[in-house]
Amino acid sequence: MKISGWGRYPVIDSDIIHYHSEDSLFKSIDKHEPIIAHGFGRSYGDSALSESILKMRPAKRMLQFDQVSGRLTCEGGVLLSEILKTFLPRGWFLKVSPGTKFVTVGGAIASDVHGKNHHQTGAFSESVSEFSLMLPNGSVKTCSRSENKELFHATCGGMGLTGIILKATIKLQKVQSSTISQQVIKTASLRETFQAFEKFSDEPYSVAWMDCTATGDSLGRGLLNVGHFNDVGDFNYKPPGNFEVPIAFPSFLINNGSIKLFNQFYYNKNFKKVSNSKVSVDSFFYPLDKLKNWNRLYGQKGPLQYQFVLPKENSFEGIKEILTYLQRNNVYSPLGVLKLFGKQNKNLLSFPMEGYTLALDFKVDDKILSLLNDLDKKITEWGGRIYLAKDSRMSEEVFDSGYPKADKFRSIREHYGMNELFNSLQSKRLNL
Amino acid sequence: MNDRWLLILGANSDIAVETAHQFAKNSWNLLLASRDISNLNKVASDIEIKHQVRVKTFEFDASDFKSHNSFYENLPYKPDGVILAFGYLGDQQRAQKNFGEAKKTLDTNFTGAVSILEIIAEDFTERKTGFIVGISSVAGERGRQENYIYGSSKAGFSAYLSGLRQRLYKVDIHVMTVKPGFVRTKMTLNRDLPGMITADPKDVGIAIYKGILKKRNIIYVYPVWRLIMFIVKSIPETIFRRLDI
Ligand SMILES: Cc1cc2nc3c(=O)[nH]c(=O)nc-3n(C[C@H](O)[C@H](O)[C@H](O)COP(=O)(O)OP(=O)(O)OC[C@H]3O[C@@H](n4cnc5c(N)ncnc54)[C@H](O)[C@@H]3O)c2cc1C
Ligand SMILES: NC(=O)c1ccc[n+]([C@@H]2O[C@H](COP(=O)([O-])OP(=O)(O)OC[C@H]3O[C@@H](n4cnc5c(N)ncnc54)[C@H](OP(=O)(O)O)[C@@H]3O)[C@@H](O)[C@H]2O)c1
Repeated sequence: MKISGWGRYPVIDSDIIHYHSEDSLFKSIDKHEPIIAHGFGRSYGDSALSESILKMRPAKRMLQFDQVSGRLTCEGGVLLSEILKTFLPRGWFLKVSPGTKFVTVGGAIASDVHGKNHHQTGAFSESVSEFSLMLPNGSVKTCSRSENKELFHATCGGMGLTGIILKATIKLQKVQSSTISQQVIKTASLRETFQAFEKFSDEPYSVAWMDCTATGDSLGRGLLNVGHFNDVGDFNYKPPGNFEVPIAFPSFLINNGSIKLFNQFYYNKNFKKVSNSKVSVDSFFYPLDKLKNWNRLYGQKGPLQYQFVLPKENSFEGIKEILTYLQRNNVYSPLGVLKLFGKQNKNLLSFPMEGYTLALDFKVDDKILSLLNDLDKKITEWGGRIYLAKDSRMSEEVFDSGYPKADKFRSIREHYGMNELFNSLQSKRLNL
Repeated sequence: MNDRWLLILGANSDIAVETAHQFAKNSWNLLLASRDISNLNKVASDIEIKHQVRVKTFEFDASDFKSHNSFYENLPYKPDGVILAFGYLGDQQRAQKNFGEAKKTLDTNFTGAVSILEIIAEDFTERKTGFIVGISSVAGERGRQENYIYGSSKAGFSAYLSGLRQRLYKVDIHVMTVKPGFVRTKMTLNRDLPGMITADPKDVGIAIYKGILKKRNIIYVYPVWRLIMFIVKSIPETIFRRLDI
């Protein structure tokens, strides 16, 4: 079957295996063909693509919930949206959630995803108490910070390359309502944007949308969005329906002119310097989920996301250089999203490190692909790294320089024979 | 809290699982019965957590006829409704050469169903309460070379349900026949099904729940199947026998 990631590039022809049960899983795998676990296909690049793909979505059952501690044990294919639907009405929310709720628990662990609260709470693995991992010999190991530690830290952020996450126990967080008190701060420059992040760092959630088309003194201006759950209120939760983008949009609709217009409009639609409002979980955390298949807006090839992080001390200069470089080459990202990360964790390949991360969207063409190679170099020089969950193109050298524990990861893969069975296009490209 | 219990036979079927969720969402407690108890327990915990109802699981084998009496007698609660979902598609080619395969198909879809439903019909009649849902198939409406062993077992089952409906109508017990058409489940995983007329198990679950509320006799999940089967049934046998459908 033809399959691709969320970025719709590359497209490959794969054998699809559907998870049925833990007992039959190992038997159902052809051990002679590289295989990789596949959650909900929300990673943009080629991390969930291989000759053979194991669809984990049928593993979608919740197995246990402790109402006192908020610990939930569920299978690896459970969607975060299903957790919200079940538990938000009872006063529980995810400790860490990415910008879409349509990802599986397995995918969230494998990419060690981050949310708007990384600066305070860390990555998704912070909420993970333990998980069961099927190794290449078919044995199943329980992994936690005390049991099979090495496997735990290799698997969180390990992009499915250590085995199959069958089930996991994650800790939910108690909330006092299902609404968020949100503030939007309008900033006039990159300096102001950074200052606003620092100033509001007590707020648990923060993210900035950046106008990548603004130049000169306005370079890096944007809207910083911060918020926290309201202390009082009800737990009403009705997930909104979503609109479907029916076909691949004619991609010429996304061009420099429309990008500039959209960004100016978006920036100017907020008049006030600071505005307050009370918003729902879905509109605060998952604005993009309102449009199902919005990736089709970018046309046949889909959006190419490019997300990197730079160490804090280099973030300002680095981001300024990168934005200026793109503009000088007349390339604009329709959407620029900036976040502040807190301390790095112990996982071998987790993306977040202390500093600022910027995510940019592009329409794919040859020019952009060659420009991104230049950006890779700059990011390497600034001591940063690129996010694997969004990547389908970085080179082994760029990867190795960004992820100093790559060799440790490789030796674990070799030790368990993981490299002989679990492989994705990404792992082959990066020689993992 | 609600005290209604629904019994689902073959509760590991994908259609059964989604149907169970629909009833649990509407406060029904569940008695789930199937062969693979380890999977069934996962289905049960998922429903308990999501819908906060009571769910119990039981081992049940449709083709082990002898066990049916004691299975039903030992249930901790007498059900207020039953859904029979188990089914075996079998392999037509194999069934032609090997009677064991044909027998397994018939034993599961027809004989097993008759065996357990007669016991339940007796109890419902006595208690003057309950409804019975049987998941049959459009494949039972006309035998085709591609799957006539399965088809004839479902034809028998549909005829059985229709007779049972007449019998139980007098005691106000509702019997509903479900003919789902194509459904995307583990039964049909490796088959290429036409997207437009293929339902998701959840669609079937919703249709069954609604059908019970409305006391329908026979439901097709997608109405277009009624038309398709009307046409298939209208073709004269002399022509039909030459066709390759
Ligand atoms: C609109 C949008 C917004 C996003 N926002 C964010 C964000 O804010 N922060 C962030 O960190 N990410 C974000 N992402 C990326 C997304 O969270 C990750 O790519 C996530 O891993 C996708 O999960 P999935 O279930 O779709 O997995 P897939 O995309 O199917 O797979 C991703 C990786 O996980 C592995 N995997 C999946 N399931 C298993 C399993 N059971 N066992 C072992 N390995 C497994 C795969 O092998 C693959 O390497 C966003 C993506 C989109 C489309
Ligand atoms: N899928 C379709 O396109 C389609 C179309 C028309 C009709 N149907 C009918 O719909 C019903 C459900 O089908 P489905 O697609 O949901 O199938 P499914 O997911 O393959 O499930 C079938 C279930 O039947 C159970 N079963 C089989 N033999 C059994 C036995 N001897 N005793 C007890 N349980 C037994 C199995 O339970 P265990 O796992 O516990 O063994 C299995 O999980 C079946 O009657 C089928 O014929 C399906």
